[in-house]
Amino acid sequence: MRNIMKLAFSAISENESFARVTVGAFIAKLDPTMDELTEIKTVVSEAVTNAIIHGYPNEGNGMVKIEAELSDDTVRILIEDEGVGMNNVEEARQPLYTSKPELERSGMGFTIMENFMDDVVIRSEPMVGTTVRLTKRLSKQKAMCN
Amino acid sequence: MSLLIDLEKKENVLCVRLEGELDHHTAKKLRERVDQAMTEHHLTHMLLNLEQLTFMDSSGLGVILGRYKFIQTLGGEMVVCSISPQIKRLFDMSGLFKIIRLETDEDRALSMLGVAS
Repeated sequence: MRNIMKLAFSAISENESFARVTVGAFIAKLDPTMDELTEIKTVVSEAVTNAIIHGYPNEGNGMVKIEAELSDDTVRILIEDEGVGMNNVEEARQPLYTSKPELERSGMGFTIMENFMDDVVIRSEPMVGTTVRLTKRLSKQKAMCN
Repeated sequence: MSLLIDLEKKENVLCVRLEGELDHHTAKKLRERVDQAMTEHHLTHMLLNLEQLTFMDSSGLGVILGRYKFIQTLGGEMVVCSISPQIKRLFDMSGLFKIIRLETDEDRALSMLGVAS
């Protein structure tokens, strides 16, 4: 069965924990392992933080949107902003790359997303925005316990 | 859940105990409080106890790496202790353990920094 959730919130750092906790509560229906739940909360935190820091560098009225879909044992999460976008997605994906070293960014966000999820697709266009599509299949053993 | 920061001075070591969630939002507060305490009390070393930390992401890695660099400029050392397997994965992924020492508990970390327990 397909189950969908949509969320839109202000691009402010207070909402980072709200976003990951909400997505975590939504996917709990699939009975993920503790590790899977932590991985999904972490990748949501990474993508939402990117949208807030990099998508909307000038604090304002920007919004971050999240769509999550559960079908069978698969979780799909779309995280979207209408911010400044990126010219070079491949560069941003490199481990330890950061465009903002002065903010003590580790440059590990996309590397963590790639490690924790089965599939990561990033689309970005300067002055239009960025979407990050994350897909993960939960371990079968657990999913079949439902 | 926010981040609780407990700071204690032991000889020339700042003991930083974190409880809750370390992300981009809470990292700023941690950076400010730790740097201020280090400077104010002229401390050189730092112990970072992550036993009660329930969540951390790459913003946490960034602020920890930033404190490491800051302590290096003071000629000091940084030891991290009591880290959960989930958070250790992030450290492993980033290679942070190649430069930051890890100990199992606070007593061992303190003796590593030359503080008698």
